Amino acid sequence: MDDLTLSERLRQRGVSRRGFMKFCAATASMMALPPILIPKVAAALEQARRPSVIWLSFQECTGCTESLTRSHAPSLEGLIFDHISLDYHHTLQAASGDAAEHAREEAMKKHWGEYLLVVDGSIPLGENGNFSAIAGISNLEMLKEVAEGAAAIVSVGTCAAYGGLPMANPNPTGAVSVEEIIKDKPIVNVPGCPPIPTVITGVLAHFLTFGKLPELDHLKRPKVFFGQNIHDRCYRRPFYERGQFAETFDDEGARKGWCLFKLGCKGPTTYNACATARWNQGTSWPVESGHGCIGCSEPGFWDAGGFYRALSLPFTDVGETILTAGAAGIAVGAAAAVLNKKTKSDAVNNRETITIKDLEKES
Amino acid sequence: MDANELLSWARGPGFDIALTIFVAGMLLRLLEILALGKKPDLSPPRGSGPKGGAATIMTRMLPRKQVFDKEPLRIINGYVLHIGFFIVLFLYGPHIVLFESFLGFGWPALPSGVIDAVGAITIVSLVAALVLRLNNKVLRFLSSRDDYVAWVVTLLPVLTGYLAYNHLVAPYTMMLALHLLSVELLLVVAPFTKLTHMFSFAMARWYQGYQAGRRGVES
Repeated sequence: MDDLTLSERLRQRGVSRRGFMKFCAATASMMALPPILIPKVAAALEQARRPSVIWLSFQECTGCTESLTRSHAPSLEGLIFDHISLDYHHTLQAASGDAAEHAREEAMKKHWGEYLLVVDGSIPLGENGNFSAIAGISNLEMLKEVAEGAAAIVSVGTCAAYGGLPMANPNPTGAVSVEEIIKDKPIVNVPGCPPIPTVITGVLAHFLTFGKLPELDHLKRPKVFFGQNIHDRCYRRPFYERGQFAETFDDEGARKGWCLFKLGCKGPTTYNACATARWNQGTSWPVESGHGCIGCSEPGFWDAGGFYRALSLPFTDVGETILTAGAAGIAVGAAAAVLNKKTKSDAVNNRETITIKDLEKES
Repeated sequence: MDANELLSWARGPGFDIALTIFVAGMLLRLLEILALGKKPDLSPPRGSGPKGGAATIMTRMLPRKQVFDKEPLRIINGYVLHIGFFIVLFLYGPHIVLFESFLGFGWPALPSGVIDAVGAITIVSLVAALVLRLNNKVLRFLSSRDDYVAWVVTLLPVLTGYLAYNHLVAPYTMMLALHLLSVELLLVVAPFTKLTHMFSFAMARWYQGYQAGRRGVES
């Protein structure tokens, strides 16, 4: 580990004390911590030494890494990210081949039990895990090996968190998420395709400040970022309430910024911070740019009936189901009618006449 | 099962199965009734059958004074729950999207705040309907399991819809899944309970009105 503390490093980089405190306040507020905890965040971050981070990329598209590295440099979040010791990340590191694997082994040995493991991408289990390998080691084997010495695991992106795109039907590689494999380590899921950069740095900052992972929901997502759905925080919500919807992407409603529900927006069932944290230095976010939320931070989002199918619509065509069922109903109804008629005529034909005499006999 | 998986099932196979049972079952029931037929009436008509039938379909929407005076509360409550149910079903934006998908045309939605309020009123009205039923000795005696099943499967979609919209009891995704499942339960059960009246009411009224109209009497 580097001997310099985080605050010393930041000062070296020319970040003022005031700038640092502002960052702490922003981080505290982002994590929904009370103001009273800002000094605690500052104190903890000041003293924090660079934790060793090993970043493993499995079945992924590097979009998660892109998301992080494209985050508006040189921001304080960026600096924080500089100040973790990213000991292994095969997209970002200079070393390659054996040297890279050696760096990983070295970091693991040196910080055994203390390092943070960040994973992006899902893990294929099909064909004995041979669908994806790095340096001849299958993803499954590498994950198990590195997870063993990790203090905690951060599953970055929907693939690592829930299987994501590789797991989408028909899941040819037998892809699974990290938590399907690793059961004995604290895991935090930071889903999204890709996830919001500040959410990743927020989780890391929380780990640095409190030495533990933030409070998680039932899907192991940090509650502070994934506690509310997009719909509840959407600035287009008033139009939903008034029943004003865009019908196409270029109609009057779309131009007026009406609700995108009819165009398939998954905001109501998607829990993420896009509407508040936004993207590209707070510039915009999908719904603001005129496209509905596709629910990328939810498990199984790829197989949820299509991005442009309204949430209140079933997956299949209703008209077709009605016609098929209608034909079946008419056939069965006609058969039932014939059967009923037969029962009736049988009853008429086999009716035994009862006379007064018969009735008298009975009594 | 995770809420997302449940929702996917409810929007996928669940909905297909339920809708198929609803459409096929409803047609089966209606065709069975129609196929009963009626014996030819050889007497000369004293009035118009079709006129009587059509009129009765409409006039039975209105209460009769003698009946109304006996139990005004129950009659009014009946209107509240039917109209309330119609408003939340047909005038809520996301519901209209569904109807539009197979009808090919839509209509304007009411603000969701109004739907929310009407939904709440409908729930209260449904509870009142049960209380009134249980408090009336004759009605209670006449009630079978069918009546209570119909009440439960009608209440559930309204209740879960209300809870989902207001983020109560369970997270939205789970409540939405439960809402869809409750609608599917209603679809499956409807053809085999007295809920068939959603279609057969017109047939029954037509039949009675026709008979009366043909004889030149009021139905």
